[in-house]
Amino acid sequence: MRTIGTIIAFLGLWLLLSGIYKSLTVGLGVFSTLFVIFILNRMNSIDGDRVEVHLKPLEFLKYQGWLLGEIAKSNWAVTRIILAPSMPIKQHMFSVPYTQNSDLGQVIFANSITLTPGTVSVETEPGQFLVHAVAYSADDKDAIADMDRRVTACEKVITA
Amino acid sequence: MNFLDAAVEIISWALMLAGSFFVIVGAVGALRFPDFWARMHAVSITDSAGVLLLFAGMCMQTGFTLVTVKLIIIGVFLFITGPTATHAIANAALVSGLRPKEAKGFTGVEPEPLTKSDADPASSE
Amino acid sequence: MMFAVAIIAVFIAMALVLVRLFGGPTLYDRVLAVNSFGTHTVLLIGLIGFLTERPDFLDIALLYALINFVGTIAILKFFRYRAIGDKLPVKEEAET
Repeated sequence: MRTIGTIIAFLGLWLLLSGIYKSLTVGLGVFSTLFVIFILNRMNSIDGDRVEVHLKPLEFLKYQGWLLGEIAKSNWAVTRIILAPSMPIKQHMFSVPYTQNSDLGQVIFANSITLTPGTVSVETEPGQFLVHAVAYSADDKDAIADMDRRVTACEKVITA
Repeated sequence: MNFLDAAVEIISWALMLAGSFFVIVGAVGALRFPDFWARMHAVSITDSAGVLLLFAGMCMQTGFTLVTVKLIIIGVFLFITGPTATHAIANAALVSGLRPKEAKGFTGVEPEPLTKSDADPASSE
Repeated sequence: MMFAVAIIAVFIAMALVLVRLFGGPTLYDRVLAVNSFGTHTVLLIGLIGFLTERPDFLDIALLYALINFVGTIAILKFFRYRAIGDKLPVKEEAET
């Protein structure tokens, strides 16, 4: 089942990227897809590491829309700092707890922190991220806690 | 129809100009900021706003073709790997012992320890 | 026309990043500048493809984006572990 899904995904990617639908190119695509599947199966016997996606699609789309707004806002803030003659930077490193259960949720949260200019996630520790801010203000922690809540809302609850 | 074409043209001009502006601002910031930790943030402006706006502008010019799909694939890829690379560089710098110059009133250059995370130095100013 | 304007902007940005690349005091400034330069190059290749109306350039841009990311990670890994292959960090080696 997983293998069939992977084959369909790879073939779709090939067809989208090549854009030439002659029998030779499509045949080469089928060949390379099967070759990649063969290599993947060989690697699977070494470690069965798998990516599990536990996300609510609609919530995640909504989160992405919200994230775009945040990126726009913080971009403008950092742009003003860069262009101001005095450059009012105020660097600070602080730790932010995360509440996501899955690895993917944590990756999304850390990448969102880094993607919004002005804050960069520097180090991951169990239970918290170390975040560096270029223009620190007391609101930053609240803003990041809000983002944390939104990412957690996108996760499906895994019944373990 | 002609009106629609003109609207598309104007929107893509605006996106392109805004993207160019943010790309240049990111580079100026990378040149102007005083130390590595601040420069990182300037570079991330190019990574997010510059890439997003320029690719959106290019998408407006193509309409709905396979080229648009390619543009979106490149854009999404840059959007995922850009922050990851920035995080990797920042983490490597932290591990190697490079520390930012913290602002006045922020005690110590070391990151806040786990137990002190509630005590916020900004509120005591 | 709009692509020409954007290309000029990206060129200016690349020149500024190049100054940082040669003048950056620390190693990490340079790695950051190289990574940023790569992102600019991806943008530049895509824009040139549109300017000359050859959208095939986007394939090259995609490839460059892939290589840029892997290259940055490889450089960082090399400076941290002094080896590109599968090797334990130096600190853990000392303990065993």
